[in-house]
Amino acid sequence: MSDRPSRLFHNLNAKIASIPMALTAMVVFLGGSIWTVVYSFTNSKLLPRAKWAGLDQYERLWGTERWLISIENLAIYGVLSLIFSLVIGFVLAALMDQKIRFEDTFRTIFLYPFALSFIVTGLVWQWLLNPEFGIQSVIRDLGFESFNFDPLYNADIAIYGILIAGLWQGTGLVMCLMLAGLRGIDEDIWKASRIDGIPMWKTYLLVVIPMMRPVFITTLVIITAGIVKLYDLVVAQTGGGPGIATEVPAKYVYDMMFQAQNLGQGFAASTMMLISVIIIIIPWAYLEFGGKRRG
Amino acid sequence: MTAFAKIACAGAVASFAGATWAEELEVTHWWTSGGEAAAVAEFAKAFDATGNKWVDGAIAGSGSTARPIMISRITGGDPMAATQFNHGRQAEELVEAGLMRPITEVAEAEGWANIVATPGLLDSCTLDGELYCVPVNIHSWQWLWLSNKAFEEAGVPVPTTWDEFVAAGPALEAAGKVPMALGKQPWQAMGAFKVLVLNLGGPELYTKVFGDKDTDAAAGPEMAAVWKAADDMRKLAVGSNVQEWNQATSMVINGQAGGQIMGDWAQGEFQVAGQVAGTDYTCLPGLGAQTYLSTAGDAIYFPLLRDEGKSAAQLELASVLFSPEAQLAFNTKKGSLPVRNDLDLSTANDCMRKGLEILAEGNIVPDTDQLISPDTNTQLQDLMIQFISDMNMTPDAAQARFVEIIGDAD
Repeated sequence: MSDRPSRLFHNLNAKIASIPMALTAMVVFLGGSIWTVVYSFTNSKLLPRAKWAGLDQYERLWGTERWLISIENLAIYGVLSLIFSLVIGFVLAALMDQKIRFEDTFRTIFLYPFALSFIVTGLVWQWLLNPEFGIQSVIRDLGFESFNFDPLYNADIAIYGILIAGLWQGTGLVMCLMLAGLRGIDEDIWKASRIDGIPMWKTYLLVVIPMMRPVFITTLVIITAGIVKLYDLVVAQTGGGPGIATEVPAKYVYDMMFQAQNLGQGFAASTMMLISVIIIIIPWAYLEFGGKRRG
Repeated sequence: MTAFAKIACAGAVASFAGATWAEELEVTHWWTSGGEAAAVAEFAKAFDATGNKWVDGAIAGSGSTARPIMISRITGGDPMAATQFNHGRQAEELVEAGLMRPITEVAEAEGWANIVATPGLLDSCTLDGELYCVPVNIHSWQWLWLSNKAFEEAGVPVPTTWDEFVAAGPALEAAGKVPMALGKQPWQAMGAFKVLVLNLGGPELYTKVFGDKDTDAAAGPEMAAVWKAADDMRKLAVGSNVQEWNQATSMVINGQAGGQIMGDWAQGEFQVAGQVAGTDYTCLPGLGAQTYLSTAGDAIYFPLLRDEGKSAAQLELASVLFSPEAQLAFNTKKGSLPVRNDLDLSTANDCMRKGLEILAEGNIVPDTDQLISPDTNTQLQDLMIQFISDMNMTPDAAQARFVEIIGDAD
């Protein structure tokens, strides 16, 4: 009994190997976040300075129309892109799962946009949605003179123009994840439901989707992470315009920190982004991991 | 190994001894449009002639894209040898933090103070008695560029004042033109607005609002008249769907648009397109009303370097940038005014001469870059781009927000 190694040295190699990553996580992620939050209470301009300003930065932040519009845009984009990419992705995957011909070809076509960066996607859709030489002009050339489709030039609907590009880029990946999930469903389930005479849509909705819970959660995390960091698509497509109609929080942070040379304000905005992510993640992580340990 | 070490030592000794040792200096800037690139090549040529080498670090996409990259390189410990900023408050904190090196010795040895076009140029480069940057040109925003072709086709005479230009709007529209070209980037909207403040509101209002941050003046009736003019401007600019300033300028060049309010750097684009001032295009400095110009401009700053050879070469570069030959070649290509008062400007064209006359009369004010911080400037840009593109925002509402921003300005 006495020569049994202590718990600390158990699996020593693995522990040593994970030290660099653990340090990176502690210093870079956690340390960096704490530093940012602390300096958001200062009036740092171009360089960080520890001159305390209390809640001034936050007061200014919530009094700035551009920030409020950014939040609103992110909410619209986030909710709609979550719903649409899950629904469209799942429907496409279900259609693919019907043992159709040329499945590989379709899969490649649908996944292809994902291989493009957001910058390229944004530029392509900026051109497509340009009224002078994009979709609108093509359809007008076909004879429909009064056809009007210029979302990026109308402040009220510009954010939907960005949503279209985002969905075009991201849905293929969701479809692939869903397809992988569907392939993981045991063939016997389908046989059983067919014997019981349950219609196919009902089997999908009530049997298959609940069984695919892990796949849905993975997909959800991937989509949500993409939503919060939405930045490059906006920069490439509209630059935040027309006016400030398509501004997003990440762009506010960048512009404040580097263009306005106002680090304090940028830190305050990024702290708000961090808090909103935490509010979403903690209850989810609690449900997902906390529950299991007890059960 | 030892042979190599000896050569290396010999090299080190030679450079410490101050012998002319070719140094490569990286210079970052955002001079990337056709006219600008041609101008900066003149600087490179002049510097290469000293035996050193100019390594061009052009960053595309206007100053607002380039400045963050430059600042993060300097603060992140990877400084370039020299970099462009607009002189004013953009590099203020970098200088205060000791990240820039002074070049006072060159300026004193060559007597810059006696030959500089206006003393304000060196003042805005100076902190605590030390000079930190070389002003390389004088730029002014207050120019209305007009396309003679567009007005001819619309059947109206080329305007000579802002009011005539506004009045010509419907005729231009009827001829299928966009009356005023305006790029959709925020800085362009803000630039056009400050031109309206100075040239319609007058230099006193301009100084009170941007210089003294006087909220009473910002809320007053004179300022309301300026906002009314800004309202006219946004109506004239409907249909101008371009982003970059030089795309907007090319709308004026090929006669698609009647005019554009843009700084004198637009002149370089007209030159590259082979157009002649007076016959193909017309320039109205100060909008033809109050002929005042603001003296902004570009300056080259020198980050503090550890390498002694490079530090010495930085001084050489400073001297080259201010030399008469380089000044003349650079500014003729760029369309800006030189910073020296002892140059023969017989090669200058019509528009440049008009600018020089205004300068000689002393009708100048400092640019907003020197008066307000980048933070305030960004807030004003946001306000302006919102006002320009959101027709539902009334001039009164915009003015109220303007007063708030001026009140908070530092």
